[in-house]
Amino acid sequence: MTDAENNTKTMTIIVTKGSLDWAYPPLILGTTAAAMGVDVTLFFTFYGLEILKKKLDLQVTALGNAAMKMPLAGMHMTMPNIVNMLPGVDAGATMMMKNLIKKKGVASIEELREAAIESDIKMIACQMTLDLFEYSRDDLIDGVEIGGAATYMEKALKSDINLFI
Amino acid sequence: MADKTLDAKGLNCPLPILRAKKSLKDVPTGGTLEVLATDPGSVADFAAFCRTTGNELMESTAADGVYRFLIKHVA
Repeated sequence: MTDAENNTKTMTIIVTKGSLDWAYPPLILGTTAAAMGVDVTLFFTFYGLEILKKKLDLQVTALGNAAMKMPLAGMHMTMPNIVNMLPGVDAGATMMMKNLIKKKGVASIEELREAAIESDIKMIACQMTLDLFEYSRDDLIDGVEIGGAATYMEKALKSDINLFI
Repeated sequence: MADKTLDAKGLNCPLPILRAKKSLKDVPTGGTLEVLATDPGSVADFAAFCRTTGNELMESTAADGVYRFLIKHVA
């Protein structure tokens, strides 16, 4: 092993959320860290597993999120929770956010996930969550490892940065 | 004249950095990569990227809303 390899910094992130908005922080930090030479491990548990599904279908909801204000015609739009509860409102909010993402040159989740795979980020899916929600390895993209809390801890104990998102 | 130019205009964080990292692979050690971007956050980000990775940020300029970075491929 060379000196450069010995000095490699490492980061782990526990990814617990699977909504369209919350899928961004771990993937942005993970891919950027990898680009900066950091050895990155992402541990996907509970709703975070959604990000590893072969068919991505991430949604956003304003329900219970008082801080979600979408720009619209120069203003920022908020809606009362009772409106956010109506069928179709989440789908509308998701479409609005996807349009904004495209318009502002922000990467899609698919694009960031592809970048994560390309940059050799280690992705671990939580076995317990797969069992709990009745998913199998086949529901997830290739290149994902399966593991549990001990697998994560082994990595985390040796890491420079450990985040929970 | 840079060895390679990356047009990252219109792209938002973290895409200019990710694309630059990828483009650096095509630049020989000691060679230069020119990056053009419109993301204002890229000014601080390219400086941080270069400090951390050991590549040299030779120039960081702005004109007409376009930021231009000249990076020497060191590491």
